[in-house]
Amino acid sequence: MSESRMQSMLTDGVRAVNVGLAGFAEPIREHGAPVVALDWRPPAAGDRDLGLLLARLEDDPIDGVGRQIAAANATVMERILAARPMLLDVRPAAEALGLGERTLLHSGPPIAWERMCGPVQGAVIGACLFEGWAATPDEARALADSGAVRFEPCHHRSAVGPMAGVISPSMPVLVAENATGGNRAHATLNEGLGKVLRFGAYDASVMERLHWFADVLGPALSAVLRSTGPIDLKAITAQALQMGDEGHNRNVAATSLLTRILAPAIVSTLPTATAVAMLGFLRGNDHFFLNLSMAASKVTMDAGHGVPGSTVVTAMSRNGVDFGIRLAGTGDRWFTAPVGVPDGLYFPGYGPEDANPDLGDSSITETAGIGGFAMAAAPAIVRFVGGTPADALGFTRLMEKITLARNPGYGLPALAFAGTPTGIDTRRVVETGIAPVINTGIAHREAGVGQIGAGIARAPLSCFEDALRALAGTLPMEGGQ
Amino acid sequence: MTTVVRGATYANSYRDSVELMGIAAELERLPGIVRAGLVMATPANLGVLAEAGMTAAAAEGVRPSDMIVAIAAETDEAAAAALARADELLTAGASGGGGTEDEGTGSQAAAPSTLRDALERLPEANLALISTPGTYATAEAVKALKHGLNVFLFSDNVSVEDELELKRLAAARGLLVMGPDCGTAIVGGIPLGFANAVRRGPIGIAAASGTGLQQVSTLVHRYGSGISHALGTGGRDLDERIGGSTMLAATKLLLDDPSTTVVVLISKPPSARVAAAILEAVRDATKPVVVTFLGGDPAAIRAVGAHPAATFEEAARLATRLAGWVQDAGGTTDDVTMEDAATNALAAATGRLVHRDATIVGLYSGGSLAGEAKLVLKGALGPGRHDRIIDLGDDEYTVGRPHPMIDPRLRNEHIVATGDDPGVGVLLLDVVLGYGSNSDPAGAMVPAILDARQRAASAGRHLAVVGSVVGTDEDPQGLALQERLLKQAGVALEGSNARAAGLAAAIIVAARGSATAGGTAVG
Repeated sequence: MSESRMQSMLTDGVRAVNVGLAGFAEPIREHGAPVVALDWRPPAAGDRDLGLLLARLEDDPIDGVGRQIAAANATVMERILAARPMLLDVRPAAEALGLGERTLLHSGPPIAWERMCGPVQGAVIGACLFEGWAATPDEARALADSGAVRFEPCHHRSAVGPMAGVISPSMPVLVAENATGGNRAHATLNEGLGKVLRFGAYDASVMERLHWFADVLGPALSAVLRSTGPIDLKAITAQALQMGDEGHNRNVAATSLLTRILAPAIVSTLPTATAVAMLGFLRGNDHFFLNLSMAASKVTMDAGHGVPGSTVVTAMSRNGVDFGIRLAGTGDRWFTAPVGVPDGLYFPGYGPEDANPDLGDSSITETAGIGGFAMAAAPAIVRFVGGTPADALGFTRLMEKITLARNPGYGLPALAFAGTPTGIDTRRVVETGIAPVINTGIAHREAGVGQIGAGIARAPLSCFEDALRALAGTLPMEGGQ
Repeated sequence: MTTVVRGATYANSYRDSVELMGIAAELERLPGIVRAGLVMATPANLGVLAEAGMTAAAAEGVRPSDMIVAIAAETDEAAAAALARADELLTAGASGGGGTEDEGTGSQAAAPSTLRDALERLPEANLALISTPGTYATAEAVKALKHGLNVFLFSDNVSVEDELELKRLAAARGLLVMGPDCGTAIVGGIPLGFANAVRRGPIGIAAASGTGLQQVSTLVHRYGSGISHALGTGGRDLDERIGGSTMLAATKLLLDDPSTTVVVLISKPPSARVAAAILEAVRDATKPVVVTFLGGDPAAIRAVGAHPAATFEEAARLATRLAGWVQDAGGTTDDVTMEDAATNALAAATGRLVHRDATIVGLYSGGSLAGEAKLVLKGALGPGRHDRIIDLGDDEYTVGRPHPMIDPRLRNEHIVATGDDPGVGVLLLDVVLGYGSNSDPAGAMVPAILDARQRAASAGRHLAVVGSVVGTDEDPQGLALQERLLKQAGVALEGSNARAAGLAAAIIVAARGSATAGGTAVG
């Protein structure tokens, strides 16, 4: 029989990890044995039972539960890292998402009309006007009040939308496909800054743009994509991460790269007036790629969703009232908690008292390991919280503590081309109390005012705690809980 | 006098209780401070603050990961000064501290904060030393075992159920769990916890008694031999409910270990069934096995071909001799006889000074040493006496304060009190050296001993002070220095605890037989 591990400790000598009293490490070191001392603090913020649950959910080649979790996470991570998101087409939401009459999608976990925050209600009103379901804002409000509009999270239809994230049947949506797994995901087209639906604005300029999207931009992009063929979104993001983007709050590099790819086909495929309008729109909207980044992230994370036993987070999203997450191993359940106001810088004349609590599906980018997790790529972003380039590196390093892998496709120059920390492990979040970092825009709490700042939000820990307990409930746990 | 209660909260700032109690003690020495407490904001600790009337110091909504400084002071100014001093001390202690890490500063290589992080630094690790508060210890130990690490579990307050789970997990993985409540071990010359610096050698120990392990290992060192491995099991391992799981594993390890030629098993009295199981495991062993089950039946030990030893000293002598160190062992019959003769002479002389009805008070920091002393006294003096042997390391004395091996204050209070107790004629003490113990335990105790003797003398009584030092010349405190300090304070020092208890008993015997009893002389 081979040597047991207690025997090999006696024959090989002690190599120790010290957990607790710092003084115990010193004599070991003095006697020449290697020892690593933990800066130990109570796991799960001192919640004993949760700490114990975490321990029992730890990877373990021997115990059934530990083995299942490790294997499930390995499968999920393999699928996530192997995903190849390609931009295929732009189609009307009714067609691409099967959106029926009087159905609107919104960002975040499920929420009823009455509980929606100002910007989301504004966007709902705008969508009703845009679809012609109502002639005036008051009529739109009455329609929603009457219960005649069905609401559903974008996530329930493999879609994502920034901020309010409202998608109505006539809106064109991006169609991204995972060339590896074959799954698809969708996102709206980015409207730019200023008065835009995603911040709850619904005046004439907003309506005019939405109609231009549906009538001109969407079909034009579809035609251009037929000419270019599928566009490799992961390749664009990989380059953009080396050009100062992080894929969420800074998209200028990726938008430029996309424009460069599309431009010849735009010019050769479209009538000149349309081509000029489209190129002009791309030129004026640094964030155009954000929605592509989101669709790519969504298609990537969906590839890993639905593996029993996995603790990997496959969605993080906010609706301006609740923050919600989903795990690969807990199916379509949401785990929610009240969402807070981001910590950030405000445009002149605005302050935290004007801010809406955090909002939007765009945190799918962080879920996929970019955005706040790739802050090291985008030192410019960290100024939103008054930080330094060193802080940008720090955020990325901190996220390494709660993720399972570094994405080899997304090398970060500032970290010696180490990949972005990818695959949030709920266990690590709960154990360390390190909340995922989310780069975000800040919306005004009233519908239609628009963006009033940008900053950083931290995901509420209780979602992760609840998710972990629920996951444990799906597993054949030994011992008590 | 009115007191003001002030507090400060350090969010998500874990410190171990030893450090916090040390800071509290320093704050209490500041002028105008009635009471200082530094605690993690666990429900239990908040209860302690409430009992002390210091609830006001805790902010609303504190979490168990927050640390609270609570001050009761005579004035606002004194309280403010104490809070400021606390902040200084806490900041000074936060070398490489992780408090700011959460906020994404660019610090390069912050200390790992989870076991998983640590294993990235030291993937070949094979042991986790766990000394967190007991509440959290099980979780840390489960993680360590799942990662394939052996566990040295110093923490106490771990439930029997948890201990069973840990030992079951360990057994399934070929891993050893030393503990919970395991104070000491030496693995291949590496001291763990409160261990002494002892020479490496052929003697292996498996012990369910921390100070028993220390006593035997230090005596083996003094006798010229050394220790291969000294494995602790935790005090409850030989309980019926645990069944000696670790003791059995450790015994087998040592019997199979090529560097061990003699095996010593040490325990307080185990349950009969567990004792039988352990003895069965060493029946007809290929190596000599010495067994000290304090108060156990020597016949049962002989029946399996092992060597019974009634005291730790006897176990050390026997093991040393069996390992072939006869020449240098100091364990020859002649040496023992000479020591006995010296002890008898001292006892006779001291006995004349002590009242004939005098009692013995033993103030111990080592639980098993206290247990051994009780057995020795009972053997020598018989039952029905009013001697008091107190283990000040017992839970009832250590709630909310450091162990007496670390902090001498509690024992010193008891020592001084014996000086005022007219019934006490002999004060019996242990001093335990080694890693983790107080840096100068003898020096810290001497003023209290002198005070007690002075108080007794003022009342016209003689207080004989008898003791022993558990330690070696290589311990950080230095055996020779510690012994000299005690001798200078008039302590009659013996080479082992059993011998010190024997001297205490002999003094009482001599006092009973002394014609001049009554105590007129002053020592």
